[in-house]
Amino acid sequence: MRNVFTIVGKELRSYFVSPIAYVVLTGFLLLGGWFFFNLLSRFNLLLSLYMQMQQGGEAANRLNLNDYVVAPLMHNLAIVLVILVPMITMRAYAEEKKGGTYELLLTSPVRTGEIVVGKFLASFLFICIMIGLTGVYPAILMKFGNPETGVIVSGYLGLILLATVFVAVGLLTSSLTENQIIAAVSGLVATLLLYIIGWPAETAGDVLGPLLRYLSVTEHFAEMVRGIINTRSLVYFASLIALALFLTQRSVESLRWR
Amino acid sequence: MIEVQQLTKRYGDLTAVNNVSFSVTSGQILGFLGPNGSGKTTTMRIITGFMPASSGTVKVAGFDIFDESFEARKRIGYLPENPPLYNDMTVAAYLRFVARIKGMAKGDIAAALDRVVNRCGLATVVDRVTGHLSKGFRQRVGLAQAIIHNPQVLVLDEPTVGLDPQQIIEIRSLIKELAGAHTVVLSTHILPEVAQVCEKVVIISAGRVVIEDMIVNLTQGKSLEEVFLQAISQDEPQPSAHHRHEAEVAQ
Repeated sequence: MRNVFTIVGKELRSYFVSPIAYVVLTGFLLLGGWFFFNLLSRFNLLLSLYMQMQQGGEAANRLNLNDYVVAPLMHNLAIVLVILVPMITMRAYAEEKKGGTYELLLTSPVRTGEIVVGKFLASFLFICIMIGLTGVYPAILMKFGNPETGVIVSGYLGLILLATVFVAVGLLTSSLTENQIIAAVSGLVATLLLYIIGWPAETAGDVLGPLLRYLSVTEHFAEMVRGIINTRSLVYFASLIALALFLTQRSVESLRWR
Repeated sequence: MIEVQQLTKRYGDLTAVNNVSFSVTSGQILGFLGPNGSGKTTTMRIITGFMPASSGTVKVAGFDIFDESFEARKRIGYLPENPPLYNDMTVAAYLRFVARIKGMAKGDIAAALDRVVNRCGLATVVDRVTGHLSKGFRQRVGLAQAIIHNPQVLVLDEPTVGLDPQQIIEIRSLIKELAGAHTVVLSTHILPEVAQVCEKVVIISAGRVVIEDMIVNLTQGKSLEEVFLQAISQDEPQPSAHHRHEAEVAQ
């Protein structure tokens, strides 16, 4: 356990002593702020249009902050995460291999599992900070409006689970190569695939359709954004994360039986 | 202290290390020599537990590196060919991190840090980021990293490569000081270095041990260079030193 914390500490420190953390956080918040601003302006415009119409009051009642601002904001942030997370995780193993520090880690009395879990927890904490900072947007909504808190919380949980899956996948691709670009690109392909795999579900038939839908991270995420927390979805996220971590452990260990 | 027995490492069809056996007794400095690509680094990587052998055993301080890997690894300090530094950490933070993953108790780390900083002459750079250090300092931080947990066995892969003459002398005397308390395996291309520092020599060529002997027995009437060139030319079909010399003269 102590080794895990040592590695978490070292990894988190290396995010924040280099410009990586600040560039990623700034970029993420910049894009988030842009989405939020635009969604909110659109919401205001719709509201004032409906109010001008006769009997527009009824239509205006159907407008709500959750469906018109929070939900689309979450979906937009999810797309940003598809791209950013592999860039956060790309260096985790690839840089160690290239820089020779892999030899230090693997000749120390540390279990491979501890290395894998340590690196995973560090990246997980980092994306929690990243997503946590976007909490200012719903906080603004709650100060000046009255969105439903439960739905927002469920959406945020979904966003964190989605990003955690991406982290686990990104770490796996990083463990397979010593080239950071290859790690990032293959990580991006994998996270994007998880994101879009459900798209052909409608026309894919009775067997394949539901399967693709189940495999798609978007499907489970969308449910949580709507405020539905399903055991089925939680099992999906947990098993994907566990599978990716297990494969990463095998990949690091493979050096020992090659 | 180190027992290497019938070590073989194959990468597909290529046999990098072929039936290598040698031993180092406690407190000894072993010079590990061989031409480039002869399997020195591979052997050292197996001894330190970085990669497993295809067959054969390595025992470090009585512990099998494969079966009792944790116990063995705790007792080894390893300086790979390129010092394994995290370029964004300061020297002090880096050494503290290494001390922790080597399993040192929290209370002992501050004292160990002071000790290696003094020993390796790092006092002026402790707060600098390792990525900004010169080659000589990087090498010294690498050495500090290898000895911070006071291991019984030190494995140093070409510790003086790329250093200027003064730094070489410093590192050499440092290694000499470490002997006695530590058992050292030292690989190098610089033969005078071996003559000065080591007590015992193992020469490998094309993955096989061609000479394992005490340095005093080897250098009777001959220089270590002659011994080395003779040993590796027995094994290889490549032109010997003598032929090469002739070719140069002809040119």
